[in-house]
Amino acid sequence: MRIAGKGLNAGGAPVSFSFDGTIYEGREGDTLAAALLANDVRLVGRSFKYHRPRGILTAGSEEPNALVTLGTHAAQDPNIRATTQELYDGLAARSQNAWPSLKRDAMAVNDLMSPFLSAGFYYKTFMWPKSFWEKVYEPIIRRAAGLGAISGVTNEDTYEKAFAHCDVLVIGAGPAGLMAALVAAQAGADVILADEDSRMGGRLLAETYSVDGREGADWAADIVARLMAMDNVRLMTRTTITGAYDQGTFGALERVTHHTAATQAPRECFWRIVAKRSILCAGALERPIAFPNNDRPGIMTAGAVRAYLNRWGVAPGKSVTIFANNDDAHRTAVDLVEAGVKVAGVIDSRADVQALGDYPIFTNGKVVGTKGRLGLESITVQHSGGTRDIRTDCLAMSGGWNPTVHLTCHMNGRPTWNDDILSFVPTDGAIPDMTVAGAARGVFSTHGCLEDGIAAARAVVDTLGLDAVAVDTPSADDSAYRIEPLWQVEGKGRKWLDFQNDVHVKDIKLAAQENFRSVEHMKRYTTQGMATDQGKNSNVAALAVLADATGRGIPETGTTTFRPPYAPVSIAAMGAGAQGHGFAPERHMTSHQATLDRGAPMIEAGLWYRPSYFPKQGETTWLESCNREVGMVRNTVGICDVSTLGKIDIQGPDAAAFLDFVYCNTFSTLKEYRVRYGLMLREDGHVMDDGTTARLGANHYVMTTTTAAAGQVMKHLDWVSQALRPDLDVRFASVTEQWAQFAVAGPKSRDLLNTVLDADIDGESWPFMACGDVSIGGIVGRLFRISFSGEHAYEVSVPARFGASLFRQLCAQAEAMGGGVYGMEALNVLRIEKGFITHSEIHGRVSAFDIGFGRMVSQKKDCIGNAASQRPGLLEAEREQLVGFKPVDKAEKLTAGAHLFVEGADAVRLNDQGYVTSVCHSPTLGHDLALGFLRDGANRHGETVMMVDHLRGVKTLCEVCHPVFFDPDNTRAKETSNG
Amino acid sequence: MRLPCPLCGDRDRREFYYQGHAVALDRPARDAGDGAWDDYLHNRDNIAGEVRDLWHHEAGCGAWIEVTRNTVTHVVSGARLVRGTAK
Ligand SMILES: [Zn+2]
Repeated sequence: MRIAGKGLNAGGAPVSFSFDGTIYEGREGDTLAAALLANDVRLVGRSFKYHRPRGILTAGSEEPNALVTLGTHAAQDPNIRATTQELYDGLAARSQNAWPSLKRDAMAVNDLMSPFLSAGFYYKTFMWPKSFWEKVYEPIIRRAAGLGAISGVTNEDTYEKAFAHCDVLVIGAGPAGLMAALVAAQAGADVILADEDSRMGGRLLAETYSVDGREGADWAADIVARLMAMDNVRLMTRTTITGAYDQGTFGALERVTHHTAATQAPRECFWRIVAKRSILCAGALERPIAFPNNDRPGIMTAGAVRAYLNRWGVAPGKSVTIFANNDDAHRTAVDLVEAGVKVAGVIDSRADVQALGDYPIFTNGKVVGTKGRLGLESITVQHSGGTRDIRTDCLAMSGGWNPTVHLTCHMNGRPTWNDDILSFVPTDGAIPDMTVAGAARGVFSTHGCLEDGIAAARAVVDTLGLDAVAVDTPSADDSAYRIEPLWQVEGKGRKWLDFQNDVHVKDIKLAAQENFRSVEHMKRYTTQGMATDQGKNSNVAALAVLADATGRGIPETGTTTFRPPYAPVSIAAMGAGAQGHGFAPERHMTSHQATLDRGAPMIEAGLWYRPSYFPKQGETTWLESCNREVGMVRNTVGICDVSTLGKIDIQGPDAAAFLDFVYCNTFSTLKEYRVRYGLMLREDGHVMDDGTTARLGANHYVMTTTTAAAGQVMKHLDWVSQALRPDLDVRFASVTEQWAQFAVAGPKSRDLLNTVLDADIDGESWPFMACGDVSIGGIVGRLFRISFSGEHAYEVSVPARFGASLFRQLCAQAEAMGGGVYGMEALNVLRIEKGFITHSEIHGRVSAFDIGFGRMVSQKKDCIGNAASQRPGLLEAEREQLVGFKPVDKAEKLTAGAHLFVEGADAVRLNDQGYVTSVCHSPTLGHDLALGFLRDGANRHGETVMMVDHLRGVKTLCEVCHPVFFDPDNTRAKETSNG
Repeated sequence: MRLPCPLCGDRDRREFYYQGHAVALDRPARDAGDGAWDDYLHNRDNIAGEVRDLWHHEAGCGAWIEVTRNTVTHVVSGARLVRGTAK
């Protein structure tokens, strides 16, 4: 019910919205919760487990009950708190966890079954049989218990992430936060002031307090305007600081457009804020009282009732009662009476209290029962004068206030119990460089908060070497906060603690009785505080009940740990930008467009995109294309973009010595304009990477790495140069992106090159493993006579800006000569036929010895991995060594990942003899080929072994052979004729 | 988490690659024996308290740095370039 002329948004324009299909009118500046209450909608949801009717409990982000779903299809957004969702024209909200409707919820039968659904029931009831749990119980429970549903459709909304830095981050813009920000900013500090509300002012917006002789909200607006005018202040509204992390890093969620209908802007932005200092002014959260049936719609926290009345001009009931154990709740009665709303009584658990205004008071009072199926109708009160029923449609309860200590616990800090306010306060130093001020540290009067904010900021700016400007504390209310303990009220009916997870007093007592007495055990046994609200308004009361049940004090009982995020953060915000192409950077070769133009399917190689094969018209399978491409390279000529291989340019007087140290073989003896294969070990003696390195001058080498290990090798070279061999005068840089490099492979490779090179080459000037500069259309490029196919082949490189054009030219020439372009599938077949290894073989657990390169580890010099590679265990004959495999029946298949067994032995782990790493169908030889590792394999060529692939159900008898299947003498690659 | 690169200043942890304990700076001689090499390569204490460990500023200047930090409090108390500090 709206009260005319009341509320900060009294002049707001009408706004049309709907809830469960019914159209209502709200007012600009409302939250959805305020607008629903203004329309006397009290029932807004069904509870998680028992499907009990629930209403709005609070007026903030701690809300456990009033969760709704907004949007439809891909834009469906579940579990939106109605208490923070701002109203906009056309907003359509739906209730959750109810079917067929909120008022007639079929699953409400769960409530009748509640004696069987108490804490721990999952563990006790559904232990046996195991299969029943997965197939029967769990699906039923999951359907019955739950919150909102996700759409299951890809979210097309945009989200953003951003970074910010400041001297002082002030968290919370209530009286303490505003003064802290002002003092810090006036001292010249870079200040960020963040508040989760749409409007700054904190409780001043919800109270009738005056500050500095004016309405509190007006005073706050004035301070905000002053801050906004300062260059060194950034104000962030609708921004929740979600976590405190190491070295002054904070996570923050800004809700950018949730308060509007669809827009082009992002929905949310996830911030990482780095602050030299922080001041936590997060205020306090009010806690309910656990009395029988304290969860009916219409029962709210007392502070929330004041907020709806004072900020939004809404009376949540026509006849309001108040139940409390402290003075603060009496303000609710005072404000209601002032606004002309009937206060049917204040039930105060204390003996010695007086009314602060014109309302009935029941001392020594307790609410022992409530009535009203879908909303509160009456309460039963026991008090000094006896027992009576009071008709009421809204009960405002207050069990006291809990300082919002959450962020101070994010780095393992534990809060300290304070007996004066019967709650936990932050422990000093819990977060490095964080100061806590105001209600967040238990200072509950407005004057106290203003004063505390000033004092905190003065101390903080002092540590930054800045001088604080003198500020007078504005005059404000300074009345004491008086409270007496009241955690639970005896009586018939469940006394709810955690409204979101449906945990009540008896569950906590049951946990204690069953010896889950540690607070962490109780939490997990009952699920207390484990819902999305993290028990913000229930944890302390639950601890008090546990303390009572176990005969300990609350400080001895301790607290559970608060972890980030303080409030739920959508995965979409945390992963902003990472959907689709944003998931990972894409590296494209200069031939990328030409490759797509040729219809080649791309495969990912790390971040690179490489062509799988190039289908020709009429080819229907990848294998057809692959076989053709292999034949092309073996018989005429093929082109392949190999630019993804890592290229590192190494220069300096000690370049040769450096390479001798990082490679297990020797490079100082390599002649200029020659290329050598190099094997790089890790310090533990296993193979890190391999590749060819060319010597382009006395002090100039170009190293190539595999595509996969390019980054690792670069990091490794940095390590060796900086940490182990700073004595060597050498410099290096990655030039992978700077050079486009193409393989030209096949018997006609030289003929092809001579059509594009400015000066012809011949076999004499360019023998196998030669390298040097060449001129291509006036451009200086490089030519390397190296071969990864076993054919007479070259790799030609040009500065990357010429790559696309050279690629098209090479492809055209190749096609004119009866060859063409080939992809990764053919490249793989060509290298397996030749027994060339890749990271399928050098997978991190093999030594040089295992791949047959043991003698490459030069013992004439030290190198990375030299000492460890000589350990007996890495040289044992029994190790698995690289061999080739051919099917005995040439028609049979080989599969990668299969394991090897002695023929006739059981194919079980204990009999395992090795495994297959690479497999292809060789069109050259007409059958499948495989590379793999076999125990003592080097000595077993000619034997047969059984290849067993349990996963694919393949079993093939194989012949063990040398890993080089084709042209073992390498005569093709070494071709020297000039013909 | 932030690390103080001596060349770049305080930078976000995600710019760095983590290597391990700074014992990797003290590479034994080739013939130092299995014990010395085992300690160098594999044997590590699981320290609760102050540790020196190695990070590579791979998304920054490329420097390898030795960072002193506390595994209990997460306090980072210093960092230096490894170049020139190894044996
Ligand atoms: Zn750096």
